[in-house]
Amino acid sequence: MNPGDFDYVRNFVRDQAAIVLEPGKEYLVESRLQTLVRKEKLGSLDELISRLRADPKNGLHRKVLDAMTTNETLFFRDVHPFEALRKSILPELMARRAKERQLRFWCGAASTGQEPYSVLMLIAEHFPELLGWDFTFVATDLCSEVLARARSGRFNQLEVNRGLPASLLAKYFVPQGAEWEFREALRRRVEFRELNLVKAWPWLPGLDLVFLRNVMIYFDVQAKKAILANVRRLLRPGGYLLLGGAETTFNVDDAFERVAFDKTSCYRVKPA
Amino acid sequence: MRALIVDDSKAMRLILGRALKEVGFQVTEAGDGRGALARLNQGEDVDLMLVDWNMPVMNGYELVCAVRANALLDNVRIMMVTDETCLSQLEQALAAGANEYLMKPFTKEALVEKLALLGMN
Repeated sequence: MNPGDFDYVRNFVRDQAAIVLEPGKEYLVESRLQTLVRKEKLGSLDELISRLRADPKNGLHRKVLDAMTTNETLFFRDVHPFEALRKSILPELMARRAKERQLRFWCGAASTGQEPYSVLMLIAEHFPELLGWDFTFVATDLCSEVLARARSGRFNQLEVNRGLPASLLAKYFVPQGAEWEFREALRRRVEFRELNLVKAWPWLPGLDLVFLRNVMIYFDVQAKKAILANVRRLLRPGGYLLLGGAETTFNVDDAFERVAFDKTSCYRVKPA
Repeated sequence: MRALIVDDSKAMRLILGRALKEVGFQVTEAGDGRGALARLNQGEDVDLMLVDWNMPVMNGYELVCAVRANALLDNVRIMMVTDETCLSQLEQALAAGANEYLMKPFTKEALVEKLALLGMN
């Protein structure tokens, strides 16, 4: 891939999604875009880039953005944050909101749905009464293709092998040919929507729990600051932010404080 | 921690053995359920068993039932690692006392993630 083409893709994903691609990541861009070249039945990577350059408004740009996002995910990723939800965070939030019986969750990098569905299974197992509350769970992602998969609730064998306790697979999934489908009654409790974290967030309500796990690592500092400032505005008093294991608010937005749980930590806005 | 791998495929025992050793397990092997039971009855101390379903002599399901019938082995965690992918068999294995169920083919990450679910990573 020539340096000019790399710069073009790099600037495009930075401007559109604040994804940082350092020099040296040419191999990543090439490998992701070669897949798109094959899918779109184009002759070569050069042809793809030429088309992108020729018309900034064609749907191909959207597909490049989708191709350049990382969708690695699994059920109950890292285990410990889910333990903290079960043992501490959900009981605390439910006690806090017991009077209005209302909780609002948002998962900001939902990918193919494993994370929101993990949270729903945890709720169904340990806090089923919450499903009778005014409970909203919005799950968003930048990539429309993965959202379509998330909405379908269908997972292949390799996906259900990853992180999902066998007892929950048996209880909450229905075999559909070679795939497993997350049961509809729970599936419809999540509303999947497309959202670019570095653009406007027009319709998110006040939130009690925000999952932004393993997505901030892709952004530059400016984008991280803007995202955390938005989260801060949306979090209701006592609400929590969950980040990935390698992510933190420190030196990005010091209005947040770290709250340590058993083997993990979460964040909330410091009291005024 | 000590793991006993029970699979009639030597290649699969090798793959599983390598993966477990990488995360710090000591590993022993058996080629069928009866061989595994013999090891346990001789007092082999085991924390985890990875058990295939389809094996000669005594299959994995029978082995799980036999292990769970022995109160002295209550602490042994059992993960079925099998190419049986039907819901009915998954349910049968769990009802018999298997703690986890990993379907073949699987990735090394999936195995390690399942170990984490058992608190054994």
